Amino acid sequence: MAYSNKVIDHYNHPRNVGSLDKSDPNVGTGMVGAPECGDVMKLQVKVNPETGVIEDAKFKTFGCGSAIASSSLATEWLRGKTVDEALAIKNTDIVTELSLPPVKIHCSVLAEDAIKAAITDYKKKANPIPAEAARV
Amino acid sequence: MKLPIYMDNHATTPVDPRVFEAMRPYLTNVFGNSASRNHSFGWEAEEAVEKARKQVASLIGATSKEIVFTSGATESDNLALKGVAEMYAEKGNHIITAATEHKAILDTCKRLEKHGTRVTYLPVQQNGLVDLDQLRGVITDKTVLISIMHANNEIGVLQPIREIGRIARERGVLLHTDGTQAVGKVPVNVLDDNIDLMSISAHKMYGPKGVGALYVRRRNPRVQLTAQMDGGGHERGMRSGTLNVPGIVGLGEACALAQAEMPAESKRLAFLRDKLKERLLNSLDEVYINGTLEHRLPNNLNISFAYVEGESLLMGINEIAVSSGSACTSATLEPSYVLKALGAGDDLAHSSIRFGLGRFNTEEEVDYVAGKVIEVVKKLRELSPLYEMFKEGIDLTKVQWTAH
Repeated sequence: MAYSNKVIDHYNHPRNVGSLDKSDPNVGTGMVGAPECGDVMKLQVKVNPETGVIEDAKFKTFGCGSAIASSSLATEWLRGKTVDEALAIKNTDIVTELSLPPVKIHCSVLAEDAIKAAITDYKKKANPIPAEAARV
Repeated sequence: MKLPIYMDNHATTPVDPRVFEAMRPYLTNVFGNSASRNHSFGWEAEEAVEKARKQVASLIGATSKEIVFTSGATESDNLALKGVAEMYAEKGNHIITAATEHKAILDTCKRLEKHGTRVTYLPVQQNGLVDLDQLRGVITDKTVLISIMHANNEIGVLQPIREIGRIARERGVLLHTDGTQAVGKVPVNVLDDNIDLMSISAHKMYGPKGVGALYVRRRNPRVQLTAQMDGGGHERGMRSGTLNVPGIVGLGEACALAQAEMPAESKRLAFLRDKLKERLLNSLDEVYINGTLEHRLPNNLNISFAYVEGESLLMGINEIAVSSGSACTSATLEPSYVLKALGAGDDLAHSSIRFGLGRFNTEEEVDYVAGKVIEVVKKLRELSPLYEMFKEGIDLTKVQWTAH
């Protein structure tokens, strides 16, 4: 399979590889996929609670080159966006940017899922459901 | 040393220059049809075909009349299974094969099932081998054929063909074996191994593509087949079609070279394979060899680098031609069914690489490949959330994954 130059560039020089402190209340962690399916993405965002802006984003991915590139690109796009802007990122944007072939579209879907999972996790931490309300 | 390095010799092999030289006249001046009985053009072609037939037979301990030339091992597999199922339909309708067979066997069996044949797909043990007691247990009075491959194309394990042949003989059942990967690499003798039918391919042993053979036993027992290709009645009526003379000459020469060089070459390949294996095992943790090392082709290494996905590894070693059992590299987007059959888990199938060493690989190439693979695996593990979790002591089998 031929890879686009952008996929190769992200594979050779992945952006923002690493991990943020899961226990930090301002960090949201999303982990999607499964080892037996051949791809797992961990994507983390660190949000400024005052401004709602994502100040840092990190990823680690087990998966093919397109999965690595999709998550690497996602972290680039996330930095500087507000949480709401981040939620507007669509997998099709990633497909277009990386010129992913049809068989690799699931990689972009996984990256979108990872973004949503990370932000959901952050929101849960920022606005914990009060014990009283949860009981209803 | 030149890049890229070809180390995917289970997929195909380059034509040996000596094979090409043997073929050359038959691609140019000597163009006759071997079935032309009344002029020298035909006689020359026929003579060449008969010489090749002897060379093929000699490599496997057969006689020349037992060799039927075909277009390759897929056709040979089809002819053996369909031909036996049809010819022996009155005797029984049951075929036994194994889960790790090549698709040329499995898909042919699926086709036969649609026409009333009952097929038993034996599972394999974790080492990749068929359990002989289990085989004995599934033979019935309706069983007409056992088809078990000699060497596996992914993990290189050698099935206990001689014992399987003995069981088949005792029970009056025919044995077909797909010899594609084994013939020319390890000693195969149809008499000692009690083989009744065997598929052979030229392009896996430094011959040309598009030609192969089916060994069909003529005595004790005499195996009969219903032809699957109708026409001029070539190959004793078993396979019609004008013979591919240059291809057949190439197959014959490839067999003769393999026979002459096998003792030294198999030692050399085993040395290179073991060197590659040792370097990988000594430099990396969490590396698993798929299938038994004890009963294995000398040129095969199938290995899983846990927590690294196969296609991404191939991308990092893009100047080395190998293959992976990862779903991402297959047309079906399913991980290797052979590795799954070993019961090691899909995750290890996704992380597997098959190295197939060959006649033209050098020690220098093996050293380069080992170094490059180690470098890329380490890099990808830095990227891998699974390796990070493993290092933190998390049991990945207990994690609630979001399968997609």
